[in-house]
Amino acid sequence: MGYQFDWSLVLTGEYRDWLLDGFVLTLKISALAGVCALALGTLVAVMRLSRVKPLEWLSLAFTEFFRNTPLLVQIFFWYFGSEAFLPKAVNVWLYKQDFEFAAGTIALTVYSSAFIAEELRSGVFSIPKNQLEASRATGLNFLQAYRYVILPQAFRIVIPPLISQLLNLLKNSSLVMTIGVMELTYQARQVESFTFHGFEAFTVATLLYLAVSLSVSFAITMYNKHFLHQLRY
Amino acid sequence: MAFIEINGLHKWFGSFHVLRGITNQVEQGEVLVICGPSGSGKSTLIRCVNRLEEYQKGTIFFDGRDIHDPGMDVNSLRAEIGIVFQQFNLYPHLSVLKNVTLAPTKVRGVPRAEAEEMGLALLERVGIHDQAHKYPAELSGGQQQRVAIARALAMKPKCMLFDEPTSALDPEMINEVLNVMKDLARDGMTMLCVTHEMGFAREVADRVIFMDAGEVLEEAPPLEFFTNPTHERTKLFLKEIL
Amino acid sequence: MRWDIVYNNLDYLLWGSFPNGPLGGIAASIMLAVLGIFGAFWLGLGFGLMRLSNSRILRAVAMVYVEVIRGTPLLMLIFWFYFLGPVVFNYNLPEFQSALMAFVVFTGAFVAEIVRAGVNALPGGQMEAARGAGLTRFQAMRYVILPQALRNMIPSFVNQFVSLTKDTSLAYIIGVNELTKAATQINNREVVAPAEIFLAIAVLYFLICWVLTAFSRRMERHLARYQARGR
Ligand SMILES: Nc1ncnc2c1ncn2[C@@H]1O[C@H](COP(=O)(O)OP(=O)(O)OP(=O)(O)O)[C@@H](O)[C@H]1O
Ligand SMILES: [Mg+2]
Repeated sequence: MGYQFDWSLVLTGEYRDWLLDGFVLTLKISALAGVCALALGTLVAVMRLSRVKPLEWLSLAFTEFFRNTPLLVQIFFWYFGSEAFLPKAVNVWLYKQDFEFAAGTIALTVYSSAFIAEELRSGVFSIPKNQLEASRATGLNFLQAYRYVILPQAFRIVIPPLISQLLNLLKNSSLVMTIGVMELTYQARQVESFTFHGFEAFTVATLLYLAVSLSVSFAITMYNKHFLHQLRY
Repeated sequence: MAFIEINGLHKWFGSFHVLRGITNQVEQGEVLVICGPSGSGKSTLIRCVNRLEEYQKGTIFFDGRDIHDPGMDVNSLRAEIGIVFQQFNLYPHLSVLKNVTLAPTKVRGVPRAEAEEMGLALLERVGIHDQAHKYPAELSGGQQQRVAIARALAMKPKCMLFDEPTSALDPEMINEVLNVMKDLARDGMTMLCVTHEMGFAREVADRVIFMDAGEVLEEAPPLEFFTNPTHERTKLFLKEIL
Repeated sequence: MRWDIVYNNLDYLLWGSFPNGPLGGIAASIMLAVLGIFGAFWLGLGFGLMRLSNSRILRAVAMVYVEVIRGTPLLMLIFWFYFLGPVVFNYNLPEFQSALMAFVVFTGAFVAEIVRAGVNALPGGQMEAARGAGLTRFQAMRYVILPQALRNMIPSFVNQFVSLTKDTSLAYIIGVNELTKAATQINNREVVAPAEIFLAIAVLYFLICWVLTAFSRRMERHLARYQARGR
């Protein structure tokens, strides 16, 4: 093995700061895209459940298309291609902002929202039909039945898969390095190419990703153990 | 006019003719037992009464009002008619007491404290007030079904529908549910019960009807129904279940 | 819109410069995905069975593999195999093989979970019935449990294959000649039609993935009818 480990290189000084900055940006872009994706995903799911045919089709086309094409291609599409189809004013505004960050956020939002919409839809679908019937039979109207009986159950079922979708988003955010967003993976690459000590840099980056993923999936397991057993029909 | 009047009721599921001209009157305080082979349309018939199913021809009057009248608020109709299903259908995410108080507080606007007091009284009446704060999954089938009855009673319905309330239960739990139903009948509740519990029918029913292929074939007071059925089909059916 | 640019480069998008040069385009993407799922199946089956074994050590090893890989971004893994493996362990692998290894190891973790869930989803009576008939645990697994479980898992495998097909686009980042790289090459050369080019390859990916997804849904409905039920 001709490789000399030098951990102090990435655990102190400038290179450590690069990695930490990257980690913060990873969390930032994931959080921002996560919030937007939850909102957009809910909208798409509601359209799908609306019983209004054109809205249903639109929602179906949206989820099918964005789930079945690679995120990386979508990122390039928004980054290189946005000029062609976004209104000029929006593009001008976007360029004045941090354009890489904006394109990355849009791509992550749209991609994740398609998955989130599917989780929400199947969560609502998994509530047995007779729950709606039983609540309507006691005189609750449609909205009340959803508000007090269907959605509270759907919500409990859907929380764990939604959180794992947000975790996927966090991991997927590594792809925006390709358009120059300086998040964790980008910075690890940077350190690698400046110092040739990629092993250390990538170890730190991997451990940071793992720390978040593992603690969240542990929390999901606990949640499933303690809260989900109630929902037996 | 009778309390519940069903006149020439027809229903189709697509091209399948499920109810073929049902006519019947139920007086206030009367207990009607409906029996018949699987698929004969018993559930469909009683579900039409609170409009869980829509029908295409005929009329149903409840307490003097046409339930299909455009001016009729379906939610307030359902609030006046309780229904108990074969598969209890309790809300798994709510405690037993909350299951009972949900509709009174949300539909009738009953204050919570009052609703809970009434809920506990009802749970006492069906014999499970000590389980009020448990969740449905923690109860036995018989207990769950009694909660379902309490939940329906909480709306102070003028009439109760039962759709095979005991057929999903283990034998040793059937009686605890039937006893609650018998008490209800003695207190003067108007009841339409789809059930094959013939002991129950004999004891509390005022009339028994036998349905087959969407039609009422036989209709008689219980004693006559069991001892002296006129139709071949009824005889065969009785032989099988007795 | 300049769809003519897409049209003129269509052959390059489909199979690269093959047969005069290396295979590329979507043909290479599919090849990566097929080889990847094949490797991942066996790796995942192994680790999935380890998770179900009676040995606590095997279970722990499999669990660490699954959790660590699923908690790490695929791109990280690709970098590990491409940049770091060679430096640290002194070997040399071309881009295509590095990417393929990353795909196998990554997808294998998901397959292991599918296998575990699929076996656990079978009614417990199946194992009991087989053991009751005198089969050993291994035989019961081999002849009774796995044949049923694997069949039920086909839709999940297809879904995993769809994910992998999309994931092969990441191989572009280390320079593998596949569809996404072909698109960026054309884009760099032609400059004026990025939206058209990336939309076109999105549609290509979409067609493959969507057909497979539709297939797996039908399969799921079909399988639902022939499952052993009960506890
Ligand atoms: N939603 C529906 N769509 C189509 N057909 C239906 C529907 N609900 C019931 N049916 C059919 O209508 C017929 C009558 O059903 P119903 O449930 O009223 O029978 P039942 O007498 O209650 O039988 P069981 O004793 O099995 O409960 C059956 O053949 C059933 O298959
Ligand atoms: Mg029925």
